[in-house]
Amino acid sequence: MNLSLVDFLFYVFATISVGGGLAVILSRNPVTAAMFMILSLVGVASLFVLLEAFFLAVLQVLVYAGAVMVLFLFIIMLMDVGPESGKGTALSKKRLLSGFVAVLGVGFLTVLTLEYSGVAADSGANWQDVSEETRVEGANVVFSKSVKSFGYGLFTKYMLPLQVAGFLLLAAMVGVIVLSKKKKGESNDEDTEDSSLESSVPQPEEA
Amino acid sequence: MDTIGVQDFLVVAVLLFSVGFLGVVLRRNLLLVLMSLELMLNAINVALVAFSRHSANMDGSLFVFFIMTVAAAEVTVGLALLVALYKKRQSVFSEHMTLLKN
Repeated sequence: MNLSLVDFLFYVFATISVGGGLAVILSRNPVTAAMFMILSLVGVASLFVLLEAFFLAVLQVLVYAGAVMVLFLFIIMLMDVGPESGKGTALSKKRLLSGFVAVLGVGFLTVLTLEYSGVAADSGANWQDVSEETRVEGANVVFSKSVKSFGYGLFTKYMLPLQVAGFLLLAAMVGVIVLSKKKKGESNDEDTEDSSLESSVPQPEEA
Repeated sequence: MDTIGVQDFLVVAVLLFSVGFLGVVLRRNLLLVLMSLELMLNAINVALVAFSRHSANMDGSLFVFFIMTVAAAEVTVGLALLVALYKKRQSVFSEHMTLLKN
């Protein structure tokens, strides 16, 4: 059995993203978790590259690994939360129940995927050479690698959702400013710093 | 199987989603719960792009763009709420958020 380069890269990047995700939920220190989160996000971006969605890969690195995770790290260091102490992890009834629910949900998802991934695979031959007949009828934007088709789709078929997304970002920005504004009569000198920090975050996304 | 197909990407997406789900349910640090939410959204993005590539249709990829937008907005608001909560309670652990209990 010989692996082609694409297959090999797929396994490497899949391991990086899933392993990074596992390390996120297993690490006690939030800063370590954030670092592994960046690793996982870059792994997902590499998977996007393998799927030939280059623009989304760039966006993933810029928006997630760049903006969102930097914001996370700022907040972690602002709050000065130390590593989670192990004394609260004693198995209470509630935690046992939530663990049971989690395992049940994961099992359900896995069974569902194993059951239906074959159906998905049958409907088209191979993701690398998609023939004409597997293209979905009635869709006016055909998948392509170029950013141009991305912009075309956004500004024709998805014009209204794009406007709504822009408005959502504006609403989030205003909401964050209101949330982190210093209230009257409250004298806390750390307030002014983090309000300016957070209100500036949604803006680069809009560009 | 000589080459990877859409189902392999789906398996990765399910694994990532399960990891995120476990994080949301089992972790008590609310910062890590938010991060796990991001992991789940990323898993959905992987599945959407894989299906988009599979069916030679741009719609899935465009939807990923909107998911990213919503995720960024959600994270900023969530973190602002967390900071406000931390100022009041001096804690980010979910078992200390008991204002509405009983």
